[in-house]
Amino acid sequence: MSNVPVNNGRRRFLTAATVVVGGVGVAGVAVPFIGSWNPSARAKAAGAPVEVNVSKIEPGQLIRAEWRGKPVYVVRRTEKTVSDLAKHDDQLRDPNSDKAQQPAYATNAYRSIKPEFLVALGVCTHLGCAPTYHGGDFDQFVEGVSEGFFCPCHGSKFDLAGRVFQGVPAPLNLVVPEHSFINEDTLLIGIGQGDA
Amino acid sequence: MFTNFMAWMDKRLPLTDAWNKHLAQYPAPKNFNFWYFFGSLAMLVLVNQILTGVWLTMSYEPSGDGAFASIEYIMRDVDYGWLLRYMHSTGASAFFIVVYLHMMRGLMYGSYQKPRELLWIFGMLIFLVLMAEAFMGYLLPWGNMSYWGAQVIISLFGTIPIIGDDLTLWIRGDYVISGATLNRFFALHVIAMPLVLVILVFLHILALHEVGSNNPEGTDVKKPKGSIKPEDQSKFKFHKQYTDKYDIVDAIPFHPYYSVKDIMGVAGFLIIFCWVMFFAPDGGGYFIEAPNFEPANGLKTPEHIVPVWYFGPFFTVLRIVPDPLFGTMAMFGAIIVLFLLPWFDRGVVKSVKYRSKLHFINLTQFSISFIVLGVLGTMPATPTANLIGIVAAFGYFGFFVALWIYSKNEKCKPVPERVSH
Repeated sequence: MSNVPVNNGRRRFLTAATVVVGGVGVAGVAVPFIGSWNPSARAKAAGAPVEVNVSKIEPGQLIRAEWRGKPVYVVRRTEKTVSDLAKHDDQLRDPNSDKAQQPAYATNAYRSIKPEFLVALGVCTHLGCAPTYHGGDFDQFVEGVSEGFFCPCHGSKFDLAGRVFQGVPAPLNLVVPEHSFINEDTLLIGIGQGDA
Repeated sequence: MFTNFMAWMDKRLPLTDAWNKHLAQYPAPKNFNFWYFFGSLAMLVLVNQILTGVWLTMSYEPSGDGAFASIEYIMRDVDYGWLLRYMHSTGASAFFIVVYLHMMRGLMYGSYQKPRELLWIFGMLIFLVLMAEAFMGYLLPWGNMSYWGAQVIISLFGTIPIIGDDLTLWIRGDYVISGATLNRFFALHVIAMPLVLVILVFLHILALHEVGSNNPEGTDVKKPKGSIKPEDQSKFKFHKQYTDKYDIVDAIPFHPYYSVKDIMGVAGFLIIFCWVMFFAPDGGGYFIEAPNFEPANGLKTPEHIVPVWYFGPFFTVLRIVPDPLFGTMAMFGAIIVLFLLPWFDRGVVKSVKYRSKLHFINLTQFSISFIVLGVLGTMPATPTANLIGIVAAFGYFGFFVALWIYSKNEKCKPVPERVSH
């Protein structure tokens, strides 16, 4: 080859041009392969908002709704529970909900739209297990706090506003999903207050 | 007839040449011991996994609605279905046992050291792909531990800042682990990963045969051409690719000497393998975990989510770090340090037999730490377990740091030129 007359500049240009055009082609071809891994239209439709009737929940009772395949805990808190929430602030990681684990309209002392109803994903913020609800016997985990959630996987603890206690693996408060009230009795999970 | 056929073939494909180069005239050190069984055993298990895997796909249904029921169908209705499945599930655990022992051999005899760094890296890539393969395969029975195990592992990617949530959504193809996730894992498990695995195994062996096998003494059986008197050279005929460049000492042809020896290993291995497969196919709850006998349920978390035993050591490293992102990084770090082992070890003496007492102690504590991490990974997290885990993790990572420090000026015993027995 070395004795063949070669225009090196021209060859370099052609090589570079081929690489660039080929690279664009590869990137283009990659789009459908990567894109096909996104949730399908069917999966997105299945992720539509769900309605929950909250009128039948007894004070202190938890019901589970399913939204996008995840458990959503809805708890009707008693007035005492709500007023007790502030008492253990010093044992919490993020008592004032500074981290964006909830929509703006639920960034308050009780992390909900109505103080009465806690709406939170039943998914531990550590590694995604489902914390169990202890209404009344939570003081076996945290002294002086009678209600809360305990994650059986790695021992994370949350209070009844879904706020995480210190010294557990979970780093963040439970996620409060977008939700709103269609009327007094009906909760809509998946669409936020004022979005609809 | 056969001679004529081979002559016809050899003119068109280097068959005889490849047979000689890699088997009948491949110079393998004559002093391979027990630890050298595990390479060929890993190949045997790989063949078992591919063969039984292909047969399982014939009756398995990769869908969220049908997967669990199709496993029951395989177990109860398909002739020998139970056997094929237990060969596959026992094979998965056997694969890791064999590979961990194979890696231990490399650590003991310095088989990762120069010039075998690339060989080691191919091996580590095989290990990495094997873990991905096993993880995806474990989702396929669609049992509740399959589901929640995958939930935890996929969440690891969610700990990556900014892109984490979108990345997990993309991996799952749904807002939760669903049939979409199952189907893509099935595709990767049965075709993509095995293909990569087979190519890597091919490269691993090619790289091995280029640099030559190490041995328990850590000596070189390939000496510079002309340095060894003809009467001291190995009496066997080796392929000219080796003898053109080197004088070969203390070596025997792989076939028939090691092919026969490896058959002994296979026989011993199969006795244990079959015993587990027939009498304890769930491996006492460690090979197939109890919650996996009920179908996947996204609303019901098993009481203790623990991965299958072979992920135990890495899972413990993940779990002892309170911060999920750092935990994930530590877990991947535990694998990355293994990749970099050839560069952590700055020594020139290979075999632990001729290295310092310190190295022996370090290697021993590393093995113990690894096993402790593995045992803890199969148990629920308690404060005591976490504390032991932290100590063991220090032992694990400390091995590499200590090795890097002392290996530069290590006091080793003189390494013999030749294998003396």
